[in-house]
Amino acid sequence: MKKVYIHSAVTISAQDTFDSDGFLNEIKGLSGKTVAARYPNYKDYITPANLRRMAEGVKMGVSAASKALKDAEITQPDAIITGTGMGCIDDTEKFLNAIISNDEQFLTPTAFIQSTHNTVGAQIALGLKCKAYNNTYSQAALSFEWALMDAQLLLQQEEAENVLVGGYEELGKEIISYRRMMEDADGLGIQVPYSEGASFFVVSSEKTEHSVELIDMEVYSSISTESIQDSLKQFLTKNDVDLSEIDVFISGRNGDVFDSYYDLTAELFENITQLHYKHLSGEFYTASPFGLWAAYEILYRQEIPEAMIFKGEIKSDNHIILLYNQFKGRDHSFILLKR
Amino acid sequence: MGVAITGMGIISAIGHSVEENKTSLLASKTGIGDLRHIQTNHSQAIKVGEVSLSNAELTRQLQLPEVHNYTRTGLLGLLAATAALENANIPDCSTYRTGFISSTTVGGMDMTEKYIKQFDKDITAQKYIATHHAGDSTRKIADALRIHGLVTTISTACSSAANAIMLGTRLIKAGKLDRVVVGGTDALSKFTINGFKTLMIQSDSLCAPFDAHRNGLNLGEAAAYLVLESDAVVQKEKKEVLAYLSGYGNANDAFHQTASSENGEGAFLAMQKALKTAKLNPNQIDYIIAHGTATTNNDLSESRALERIFDKQIPDFSSTKSLTGHTLAAAGVVEAVFSILALQEQYIFPNLNFKTPMPETGLKPITSGVKKEIQHVLSNSFGFGGNCSTLIFSKA
Amino acid sequence: MADLRQELKEKIIEQLNLEEFTVADIADDDALFGDGLGLDSIDALELIVMMDKDYGIQLTDPKEGKEIFKSIAVLADYITDNRAK
Repeated sequence: MKKVYIHSAVTISAQDTFDSDGFLNEIKGLSGKTVAARYPNYKDYITPANLRRMAEGVKMGVSAASKALKDAEITQPDAIITGTGMGCIDDTEKFLNAIISNDEQFLTPTAFIQSTHNTVGAQIALGLKCKAYNNTYSQAALSFEWALMDAQLLLQQEEAENVLVGGYEELGKEIISYRRMMEDADGLGIQVPYSEGASFFVVSSEKTEHSVELIDMEVYSSISTESIQDSLKQFLTKNDVDLSEIDVFISGRNGDVFDSYYDLTAELFENITQLHYKHLSGEFYTASPFGLWAAYEILYRQEIPEAMIFKGEIKSDNHIILLYNQFKGRDHSFILLKR
Repeated sequence: MGVAITGMGIISAIGHSVEENKTSLLASKTGIGDLRHIQTNHSQAIKVGEVSLSNAELTRQLQLPEVHNYTRTGLLGLLAATAALENANIPDCSTYRTGFISSTTVGGMDMTEKYIKQFDKDITAQKYIATHHAGDSTRKIADALRIHGLVTTISTACSSAANAIMLGTRLIKAGKLDRVVVGGTDALSKFTINGFKTLMIQSDSLCAPFDAHRNGLNLGEAAAYLVLESDAVVQKEKKEVLAYLSGYGNANDAFHQTASSENGEGAFLAMQKALKTAKLNPNQIDYIIAHGTATTNNDLSESRALERIFDKQIPDFSSTKSLTGHTLAAAGVVEAVFSILALQEQYIFPNLNFKTPMPETGLKPITSGVKKEIQHVLSNSFGFGGNCSTLIFSKA
Repeated sequence: MADLRQELKEKIIEQLNLEEFTVADIADDDALFGDGLGLDSIDALELIVMMDKDYGIQLTDPKEGKEIFKSIAVLADYITDNRAK
């Protein structure tokens, strides 16, 4: 079975992560109910003729995908796989509101056409004229992870050599405000703003000087707090990795009551460097690839940003990173990286 | 031989069970008619393939509590997925590593479009804020079936369920799962009715796939699921195999956000890949259940792709969308169930409402049901965004 | 007529988000589709709705649009002859 390597990692987020050559050196503190991403100059990546119909999520997705391919020096991937929890919610709301406010009259097609979940994958394929395998996942906080698992499967089974994989989310206006309203009504809700972003990666079966190995990953629709530790142990045993070999643990803490899952997991380690990122990225269904991007950069640069420290101290020589994310006690994912 | 299919379940406009769907198919009975469950200004101007049961009736049939937050997409899906597991004689999903892969385009839109303007104040409406996203119905169904591990949703427009079936097959082949329930569900919604109206590809009469004078599609709603099992499980449990999923292919047309290319390149590539994974020659395909939406663009593009793959020796083909309507995300699995029924019954289902071949190709689908020896059925599903997928089913 | 042509140019730029164009960039006889303004089949559908909403002209077949949307001049003539509002 072929191994899987990450060749490039790109993220557009609420931080200066896309245009900057630095690595989370200057942090923007996030506050409020929702925070928009820091949008790049889209015209560098997308022609005006194509830009005119695109909502934010599509623009972010296509730009991030384009840069991920460029960084990996790939012109035609063997597959394009995306993940998104809410899909193109901006155009969805736009078309729905047009239906309601115009009483189903004088509706135009553009927002409807652009509202399907696969719009980003399709626009990337169109731009590249890429006729290869193309798929889109939408499973809440596992949307990106499923895209990555599909890529892993294609590479392991030698059905592809280079796969473009990414996740994207746009805030939209209405449903996000209601989701926030419900969240705030719950006293134990998330303690970070809702946000948005796009993260893309080129994964490959070929090892290069700059690549980071994706040892393995696992996803679970549900796990009880009683069995989370055993699930992690089983995952590590399956991959012949001992708990003591893991240098850094990156969790998807967002301050809600379900952070207990991360606490329970962290208990298994002694003196490990614990990092978190949702205070930097905000929470959204595809926030977890921000964590993966950061993990790739940590291993590649051998540098840990101060702002990511949750507990423990920064050590040198970091080789194995474990990422763990879940949302509301559902949709758990473990990702194990090595360099 | 491929991956074994050991169970199936379906609810569509032509029946609420596999048996009822089979009866309608054999009797050439269409389920397309007037819209009943949705309030829209366009109800007189369209024909739809609607499931006759109301949400309340579905709730009762599923023995759910009266107050719940299942969307119609979720209700239809739960009914079909439960039936598929029953059909496969699987009372307990914890015995083997079991996954659930569903698909949908609209997700919880049927409730969102009803209640969005009440979300701010109405407490009874607020339970639908969290049900909009595509993963909601999938998660509810998986929880009800007690499937806790690999659970996901694919959303590639009208090829979604074909891709769900494909992923399940690949996970079994790779040894990552022993069993997987695969398929999709989509409810009719005002959103999609108006959306297709803006594209001017919705017919005001019964759709006529592949006809020269075809004037658009009829939307439909449905849910259907298959149970796939590894050879090891089939042997150990001495399972009866309904059919095998022997070939699959996924490609992108990379031509236009909604329209298909003139020469059907994406469709051609998907069929080519499917034949390759099935290790079959084109002349071994006995029957094709075409995507055949009855839009001007799709049917010509698909016809061109068929001509290219089969070199003018095109096998018997028909579009069953003239019976069920176009069920969007579910179309791929609805037609998978029909492919399996075709193999079991050794019968080709009719393409209704066809009169005149299109001048560009002269192709004629099968217009009345007929007995035939069938070993391999090819089924096409194409979607917006150029997503093209093909599945091949082979006789058990 | 000149007013209508001006009005159509403004509407098309706004409705189709042609940010990189100004009214001065579009000549009355420029091709709207293909090599000219570069509009496509989705834009044609947008224009069909504009014809209905703003001028009371209903086109039922997108193919009819092909001739009518040839250029601003042709479009303005067609609207003048057929408008209901």
